[in-house]
Amino acid sequence: MDARVPNEVKYPGSTWGRELAASHWDRPVNVSVENVVRTFGTTPALHGVSLEIESGELVALLGPSGSGKTTLLRILAGLDVPTFGRVLFDGENALKLTVQQRNVGLVFQNYALFRHMTVLENIGFGLRVRPWARRPSRKEIRKRALDLLDLVQLSGLEKRYPSQLSGGQRQRVAFARALAIEPRVLLLDEPFGALDAKVRRDLRRWLLEIHNKTGHTTVFVTHDQEEALELADRVVVMSQGKIEQIGTPDQIYDSPDSPFVFSFIGESSVLPVNVEQGKVWLDEHQLDLSSGDAPDGPARLFLRPHDVDVVENVSGAIVGQVCVLRRHAGLRRVELEVGLKRNRIEIELPADFSLNRASPIAFLPRRYRLYPASQALES
Amino acid sequence: MTDAALAPLLISQPESGSAVTTERYPVRVLLVATAVVFLVLFLLLPLAAVFVEAFRAGVGTYFASITEPDAVAAIKLTLLVAAIAVPANVVFGLAASWAIAKFEFKGKSVLNTLIDLPFSVSPVISGLIYVLLFGAQGYFGPYLQSHNIQIIFALPGIVLATIFVTFPFVARELVPLMQEQGTQDEEAALSLGASGWKTFFKVTLPNIRWALLYGVVLCNARAMGEFGAVSVVSGHIRGKTNTMPLHVEILYNEYNFAAAFAVASLLALLALVTLIIKISLEWRYADQIAALRRH
Repeated sequence: MDARVPNEVKYPGSTWGRELAASHWDRPVNVSVENVVRTFGTTPALHGVSLEIESGELVALLGPSGSGKTTLLRILAGLDVPTFGRVLFDGENALKLTVQQRNVGLVFQNYALFRHMTVLENIGFGLRVRPWARRPSRKEIRKRALDLLDLVQLSGLEKRYPSQLSGGQRQRVAFARALAIEPRVLLLDEPFGALDAKVRRDLRRWLLEIHNKTGHTTVFVTHDQEEALELADRVVVMSQGKIEQIGTPDQIYDSPDSPFVFSFIGESSVLPVNVEQGKVWLDEHQLDLSSGDAPDGPARLFLRPHDVDVVENVSGAIVGQVCVLRRHAGLRRVELEVGLKRNRIEIELPADFSLNRASPIAFLPRRYRLYPASQALES
Repeated sequence: MTDAALAPLLISQPESGSAVTTERYPVRVLLVATAVVFLVLFLLLPLAAVFVEAFRAGVGTYFASITEPDAVAAIKLTLLVAAIAVPANVVFGLAASWAIAKFEFKGKSVLNTLIDLPFSVSPVISGLIYVLLFGAQGYFGPYLQSHNIQIIFALPGIVLATIFVTFPFVARELVPLMQEQGTQDEEAALSLGASGWKTFFKVTLPNIRWALLYGVVLCNARAMGEFGAVSVVSGHIRGKTNTMPLHVEILYNEYNFAAAFAVASLLALLALVTLIIKISLEWRYADQIAALRRH
């Protein structure tokens, strides 16, 4: 059974799920972004971004700093407005709604907890500030806040102030506070950015659990590819205000559309080659690789260091001289000098692979991509 | 450096742990003594002198001096001016620091500089501005006269001059704190559905309350003690436009030292009370103030 159907939502120790299902939020919204442009003065931050987010989906906006991912998130939240373009929530123009009306749950990188309020007051804030007609009773607000505290596994800390909590605990309080308003969309800005590695891993698992329980349409911004690939249903890779690729983590990792995505996601090695009539040439040496749909002319061969097979037969293989050897956990990293131009390329071999430093190594990539050399890395 | 090279250095400074951060004994005595002498000479002695002089002619004279009609009028006027100027500056200061800290706009640095202007201008000039604008020979003088509105040599002029001089106190306390706190708390409140006013009263104001209170205390002290600017615009009409500092000056110029010091002692007392409020605030809420800054 799909745990994301809200009617099936069961919060631990509470009837909250049913209350939620009975409210206006009986189905998480889908979000469409249509050709959104945002310029700050003369500097463009987003050039024509289009994106469809299905209801209940967990989507990561991934990119280096300055790629426009946070700007896009702020536009979705209503904290910023696009210069051109449209944003629709369930087909309804969201740009007409103020940030208050938009009803999005926003979690900031630094949590932005209200420091003069206790944990419980923080979580109940969104309900307390509602107009009188829609405001639940004090008792009810307290009960909901306590339920949410339970959901984020912080029961017993309700009287603490934010300054008395650890980073991971603050993060969860911020999360509970955002959930309290029964948001239509959850937006997370670098949700684990300020935490150390161990807490980060725990919270990732925790976030997935919560998402599966509550089923919100969730968008999170991150510069951490590991986080994006591990958590998201779909990953949106952004660079310099444009979307480079949208796809499942597998698609993004295994078939990157552009040199940027290939080099940004995971480890990569690059080798300049030539494509001529469907054949791939490294200098004067024809490689045993098909050129696919790559056009004739100079190209770059991208491969994953761990995705190579060492071969006996030198003809048709990439041959290199070992120059650096490094032990890397269970593997051995080998830096090779390849071709006449002595291009350095890295591959990974099993640690027990017997290597003779003096003799060259021949290998073929199991998977690879060819991009025309004209396609810039920083597209 | 080798161990052998280090050895002589270590020997010459037996208490090597503290020797790095502590001056030698005579130097310490000299520094402390300088500070103490300065404090006694320039702060404690004058303060004591005010009270000694005030009570020199006896307790009866003291109370007579501060309860005579002109003195009472001066005290009332001073309180009234502060009661108008301080709230006005709380509103202006909040608005200005809100604008500077939370928004980006052209001319922001100009506004920031303008806030400091009253500090850099001599108070006498601050008073003269208003005489030039609203005085009988001033730009708006004829218009005001024809409509029978009195600003200079009356309460409105004194209030205006006081507001001008005390404007920076609240804003100067708030701007750095609000800039440090940024806008994320407000954005969080708005996204949770709070209106602009609710965000201000439930999030922004609590975040700056101690700095605001501190600014108000300082602003009030200056509003009651302001002499230069008020002196220019007041006209020194006894029992009407004399504030406490002006009243002290008049009494002093009339060689009525006992009365002058009696009224002055009230102002000194006000300064002491301000200081005590400030210290007790810092002491009582040290943890909260620290928490608000750090988070």
